[in-house]
Amino acid sequence: MESILELESVTKEFPGVRALDSVSMHVDRNEVVGLIGENGAGKSTLVKILAGIHRIDAGTMKFGGEQASFRSPRDAFDRGLTMVFQEQSIIQTLTVAENIFLGREREFLRFGIIDKRAMNAAAKVELAKVHLDCDPATKCANLDFAARQMVEIAKALSLDGRIDSDIVILLDEPTSVLERREIDLLFEIIKELKNKASIIFISHRLDEVLQVSDRVYVLRDGAVVHETASKDATITGLHEHMVGRQLDHRYYRENKQRQSLGKPVLSIRNLSIDGEFRNLSFDLSEGEILGIAGVVGSGREAFARCLGGLLPPSGGEILIDGRAVRLNHPHQAVNAGFGFVPSERKSEGIVIGLSVSENMTLAAGKRFSKFGFISFERERAECQRWIDRLRIRTPSTKTPMQSLSGGNQQKVVLSKWQIFGSKVAVLDHPTRGIDVGAKEDVYELIREMAEQGVAIILLGDTLEEVIGLSNVILVLKDGEVSARFEAPVGAKPDQIDLISKMV
Amino acid sequence: MRKPRIPARLSRPTKNVLAFDTVESINWRALAPIGVFFLLCVVIAIFSPNFLSVSNAIRILNASAIPVVLVMGATFVILMGSIDLSVEGIVALCAVVTASLVLNDTFASDLGLWAIPFAVLAGGIIGGINGSTHVYLKVPSFMVTLGIGFVCLGIATAALGGFPVRISDRGFRALTLGRTLGLPNGIWVAAAAVAVAMIVQERTRLGRYVYAIGTDETTARQSGVPIERTRVLVFVLAGLFSGLAGAMAAAQLGQGHALIASGRLFTTITAVVVGGTALSGGVGSVLNSVVGVLIVIVLTNGMVLMGVPPFVQQGVQGFLIIVAVTLALDRRQLLVVK
Repeated sequence: MESILELESVTKEFPGVRALDSVSMHVDRNEVVGLIGENGAGKSTLVKILAGIHRIDAGTMKFGGEQASFRSPRDAFDRGLTMVFQEQSIIQTLTVAENIFLGREREFLRFGIIDKRAMNAAAKVELAKVHLDCDPATKCANLDFAARQMVEIAKALSLDGRIDSDIVILLDEPTSVLERREIDLLFEIIKELKNKASIIFISHRLDEVLQVSDRVYVLRDGAVVHETASKDATITGLHEHMVGRQLDHRYYRENKQRQSLGKPVLSIRNLSIDGEFRNLSFDLSEGEILGIAGVVGSGREAFARCLGGLLPPSGGEILIDGRAVRLNHPHQAVNAGFGFVPSERKSEGIVIGLSVSENMTLAAGKRFSKFGFISFERERAECQRWIDRLRIRTPSTKTPMQSLSGGNQQKVVLSKWQIFGSKVAVLDHPTRGIDVGAKEDVYELIREMAEQGVAIILLGDTLEEVIGLSNVILVLKDGEVSARFEAPVGAKPDQIDLISKMV
Repeated sequence: MRKPRIPARLSRPTKNVLAFDTVESINWRALAPIGVFFLLCVVIAIFSPNFLSVSNAIRILNASAIPVVLVMGATFVILMGSIDLSVEGIVALCAVVTASLVLNDTFASDLGLWAIPFAVLAGGIIGGINGSTHVYLKVPSFMVTLGIGFVCLGIATAALGGFPVRISDRGFRALTLGRTLGLPNGIWVAAAAVAVAMIVQERTRLGRYVYAIGTDETTARQSGVPIERTRVLVFVLAGLFSGLAGAMAAAQLGQGHALIASGRLFTTITAVVVGGTALSGGVGSVLNSVVGVLIVIVLTNGMVLMGVPPFVQQGVQGFLIIVAVTLALDRRQLLVVK
């Protein structure tokens, strides 16, 4: 069989991280290739390279037998490598036909005027390929998610006959928000598409990957660790390859994990957000670390944002020290005692233009002011204490936040809630995108917070992190708790146990 | 994101299907301006019977002519998520250019109707300066157009030393004062402008790209839409319409001077917004803006008929624009308001 797409020792580095380490893989004509790996394994970097968003640092990429380097997503598309992501690239205010041919209207121009009838007719031909039964003149805002996804696939297929080379369609988590019925249809369509295009299928749901693909690659820590024909693979086998290495106990400061906990502080009863998660209940005590595991779309991100006051709950109760609190606004969450550390540090966690000390005292401003006037001396002294304690690398308290490294920025965010005196810290991927040394500092700080009696809810960047740090782990799957694991020192659950409840 | 109304009609892949099966639900928010327009007419007609006469209808249409030409350009700019504040400056400068090129009391020239292309071209060039400065020097359109507008006003004032140029060409003044088929010519010019704008909006790549950029610039860029060129062209288009409006203003008043366009900017932006085009971009249409102009002009006309004092009229217009924006916003989705 002939390879359409070939990667040879592809390496990609970001400051402080080697996201892809000598990855080699190939996609043959009319083949469906599955790509799996944990969060942070390098899947999204690989996807972005294929889509023309990132450039490779070393190695070669061949498309259609020729060396290729895509300048932009449009460049990749024009040459036949197209992608369908979760964050769809459909413009809602345009019609289905206009979206399919966006940027390629030339074909339908008559003296500068678009021949809409011809464009709609051409769109209809593409829609028929994906069996989407809708009027090409419909605005995309009127279609539901599954239909818009089909429009994107139709857009990819419209290259068929318009370019000479083969078409490769990258489907990134295409099933995560689809209903069962829609998934079955998607899979039938994928089978049918195989004679028109090659497909790379990325999903967290291993059963689906095995069902739909011919061959599977497993990525871990930026490298391909396993390649197998789907018919020879088992879900447990793939799990083991995804997880790989053993835990290092010292890394997560397990000796500092609290054995005895303080008094109960937080109770959550039947908390729900429509369409995200349902009937979540648990209790949390002072000094306890609760890890929440789950794949993208399991509802765990929504839960963290709910506790941050960013997504109002649609049902259930939240009690702090036995008192019911309302979380319709971030302000209420902060005053109730929640300190939310968001995963999007740059856009939500810190205020870029402000200084280190201004960021640190953003929540606790009241404590450093009298009659509305800030006492800069007290503010500076307090901030300097935290800078020393957390070993934040900054020239002074007045340094602008953007000149700090990611790890040091994150320490500032954590100290903000410490200074404010939050009772419950909600940490959404606190170590995302920071280097190993800074990670250890963050782990150290999390242990210290627990020691001082802060209750912690942790959404880890990796399963390993969740297991290593937590006293208790809740696994979410499709918006519901699918398992609860006790994780005392010396008797931590296995990653494979967790994954099997996640997917 | 709006709630999807039409579920996917995915047919089983075994049979071939191409049947229509979409029930487009009516978007009430989009139709609201028309309702407001009729409601306004009914209310005014109750208080002032003179309102519902043929001569008053023609008066309203005639007063709408120049604002309609102006909103044709402004709508595209706002659909793209930008703003054009240079309307008054361009109109004034182009009115001065027009008045100076036809038979007049200050300069020795007599181009007659041929002055119009020059005025339109001048508007287009200023629009091009707006667009290029905005795009290539990456200055927000708000600042660029505000600045260029004042520059134009300055040139218009300085060139004439503050005096008006009086037009003595009767033939040229027929552009707005003459009548064809019983209607003032200005109305026909405005109708032609609407037709051109509709073709651009509905039938050209420029029109598609304006919506694409206004809705989601990142996606549009990744789809290969030439963002920079589109932005510049839209400002050129707005300039062309403003230039035409300048020629019309000169013909209507029989002169060209720096203050000829005062008040036009507020009417233009109000009409676009009241018509239902979102300042955030992506939603709206030139037809919406025509309805917006009619609402603003009818309101003014009605208040005059009812004897409302001029300063109260201004207050009502200011109030109207805020009400319109308040009604048009989908507040649930707004987290940050600037």
